[in-house]
Amino acid sequence: MKKLLLAASAAALLAGTWLAPAQAEYLKEHRGGTIRLLARSAAGTLDPHINYTDQGWQMYQPVYDGLVAFRKAEGKDGFTIVPDLAEALPQVSNDGKTFTFKLRKGIKFSSGQELGVKDVVASFQRIFKVSGPTSGTFYAGIVGADKCLADTKSCMLDGGVVGDEAASTVTINLTKPDAEILYKLALPHAVVLPADTPAEDMGSKPIPSTGAYMISAFDPNKGMTVSRNPNFKQWSEEAQPDGYPDVVQYDFGLSEEAAVTAIQNGEADWMFDALPSDRLGELGSKSMDQLHISPLSAWWYAPLNNRLAPFDNEKARQAVAYAIDRNTLVKLFGGKVLASPVCQVLPPDFPGHEDYCPFTKNPGAKWSAPDLDKAKQLVEESGTKGQKVTIIVEDTAISRSIGVYLQSVLTNIGYVADVKPISSNLQFTYIQNTNNKVQMSVTQWYKDYPAASDFLNILFSCASFREGSDASINIAGFCDKDIDAKMQKALDLGVTDQKAADKLWAEVDRQVTDKAPAVGLFTPKRLDFVSKRIGNFKFNPQFNWIVTQSWVQ
Amino acid sequence: MSNQVAAMPRKTRGPWAVAFAKLATDRAAMACLAVFLLIVIACFSAPLYAKWAGTDPFASTLDAVIQIDGADVPVMEPSTEGLGLGYTPIGPTWQLGNYFLGADSQGRDVMARMLYGGLSSLLIAGAATLFTLIVGTLAGLIAGYFGGITDTVLSRLLDILWAFPIYLLAISLSIVTIAQGIRIGPIDIESGSLWLPVIIIGIVYVPYVARPIRGQVLSLRHSEFVFAAINLGVPGWRILWRDILPNITTTLIVFVPLMMALNMLTESALSFLSIGVQPPAASWGTIIQDGQALLYTRPLVALVPGLAIAVSVMALNVFGDGLRDALDPRSKVRLGRD
Repeated sequence: MKKLLLAASAAALLAGTWLAPAQAEYLKEHRGGTIRLLARSAAGTLDPHINYTDQGWQMYQPVYDGLVAFRKAEGKDGFTIVPDLAEALPQVSNDGKTFTFKLRKGIKFSSGQELGVKDVVASFQRIFKVSGPTSGTFYAGIVGADKCLADTKSCMLDGGVVGDEAASTVTINLTKPDAEILYKLALPHAVVLPADTPAEDMGSKPIPSTGAYMISAFDPNKGMTVSRNPNFKQWSEEAQPDGYPDVVQYDFGLSEEAAVTAIQNGEADWMFDALPSDRLGELGSKSMDQLHISPLSAWWYAPLNNRLAPFDNEKARQAVAYAIDRNTLVKLFGGKVLASPVCQVLPPDFPGHEDYCPFTKNPGAKWSAPDLDKAKQLVEESGTKGQKVTIIVEDTAISRSIGVYLQSVLTNIGYVADVKPISSNLQFTYIQNTNNKVQMSVTQWYKDYPAASDFLNILFSCASFREGSDASINIAGFCDKDIDAKMQKALDLGVTDQKAADKLWAEVDRQVTDKAPAVGLFTPKRLDFVSKRIGNFKFNPQFNWIVTQSWVQ
Repeated sequence: MSNQVAAMPRKTRGPWAVAFAKLATDRAAMACLAVFLLIVIACFSAPLYAKWAGTDPFASTLDAVIQIDGADVPVMEPSTEGLGLGYTPIGPTWQLGNYFLGADSQGRDVMARMLYGGLSSLLIAGAATLFTLIVGTLAGLIAGYFGGITDTVLSRLLDILWAFPIYLLAISLSIVTIAQGIRIGPIDIESGSLWLPVIIIGIVYVPYVARPIRGQVLSLRHSEFVFAAINLGVPGWRILWRDILPNITTTLIVFVPLMMALNMLTESALSFLSIGVQPPAASWGTIIQDGQALLYTRPLVALVPGLAIAVSVMALNVFGDGLRDALDPRSKVRLGRD
């Protein structure tokens, strides 16, 4: 672990010196102006310790900082962890259980307060005090987290996060080594806020920030204004670079169709929501230079309830995996430019991914065509023919289309299937609720950070299934003790040898895929449509478009 | 002799014959009835149309290829220019039986779905109207005739139901029942069943029928012929059935087309919100919802069912007005021969 971290620091330093002159030149030339963004609605609470949306996380990047950050770069470089508020990557001791960070000096919040050790300690306590959505998962390994989870209000993380004002250090102690802790610390849920930030969801009230920008106005029904932080002085270009625009104006309320028209007319620069499917052809032919297609570490999949008939039968699950034509699904999503067929859990180019597809006409590395004969044979063998299956999908055009297609596939192989579209706001919670006894659903999983465990361990470990809960993220209810043990082994191995761990994750990926607890449908790509005046478009694989690294003049 | 003839009562037509005669002279009402009947006939011929056209309006046919003027044309046309993004469903061919109105985003024949959709909408609206009239009439009869505590309880229940905005109540009931269906005692309705929207729509409109019926029954309850029947010892249920019900029949008849129109609108709204008819089944509301994602390239997919709803509802409303005028003895519509 220590070796890995040192190597990462050296690479970061090299990269930093290589990037600096280019940015300095461009900054002068293109600095200023307002970038106008559009979204159908706000991303929910402004509180970075609570907000758990792509939309929110993207906008937090130029605003908030943690001890470490994902490098603000394109391609795989964007998955690199670099020091942010900390001077360097942490010193690791105590067999990988203690991480000591030394804070940079002279960093101020947008309110004018100087950043100090107390802010860091208070921020970690606040993650638990506000019952942050990942407090019980990502940060549960910090010493004292168990008490904080039991009694959130009086959380102190005793012995877990220890500050030393004199030495300007913060030490984080874990109950056991965690190879992914730096990724977790680089997420918005672990950003540092002023120590006096109330321990409650701040909702629509902006919290002072350390980044190049600050949220200066917010109305969930109208929009958000992000302007330059007057107290910001760039300390690390790769962690928190200064930005080009003076203001980012994010307006809410326009429909996707209206947003496309606004961008075409130069009244807006970008839209968060997916482009309407009926505009794809037109935009792909007339506005090619304004479109950016970027790969996503994401998975569209159909969980099959392993604890309910007919999918408590492995053959029945495999039959569905054989029968689904991934090319049709790709077509429904907008074509091969926007999605690729998949069979396995881990997305392409993700740690631990090795091409594997057992459920296709010619089993091997890649999906080729559905095998309906095999599927029908498996349904017969499973003895589940004629059983009723209900597919729960989101009430969006694409999810409904996928649901209707899956319904016809299931009917074709011998089931009596129907589709239920449920409001997008409710569907994900509904299918996670084990009391709802959902047999099959369609959903998506987007990575939190680039680690195989973020897919395999979270979606398919025994611990992720919680009977009677409405937050049972193991929607399939899959639990295989052998695979579980292997996942734990891979997690432990990652502390000392990430490459070996990724090999083991690839094995886990194959085993989970073989058991077909869920059917992989396709890997989507992100399609960004920007105005003609946007320059220097950079796509970060962790947080998508780096808004303030683009210019408008 | 002549005096005798003059004294003989003049042969008059019964009230129903007068009403029908009046209705027959109302050209607007009759034209609308004809339009509505045409729609009904077309919708009930949906299975025949689908069979003749050789199309399955409920299955995804994204890879289908059809022939237009001897040439093979894919139902979902891929974009071939630039980045080649997206697929566009084929537009109207204007050839009956061959994607006359084009395809939707699943490659399904919109014309066949329109007919099936209309069939669902009509069946749901019709059944819901029947449900509302039966339950509403029963509630109105019992509350108005028996009065006292029975009336108080029933009226307050109706008030509570009436207090909710119709669509809010219908949406709430639909959301609650959409995933699990209804399972109360011997009643077991599957979540995908068309009976769900029937019952939900039927329930929310009960007060709209029950309250005016109760008012009429209250007034009839104090009429002399009812007092006479009571004094003669005729049982209550018999008075309700033989004396009161016939006197509110005209009101009920007028309610039919008007409720039907209201129910069609409600069903379409619920289906549009995905809480009415469930996919892959079709109703005009679900087709509008499907067409929403195609407004830019294939606007007809949403416009045609919208137009069908508008025409049907207008036809029912105009016919309903004509029927009311015809059945109302105080109506100013006069028959030429009378």
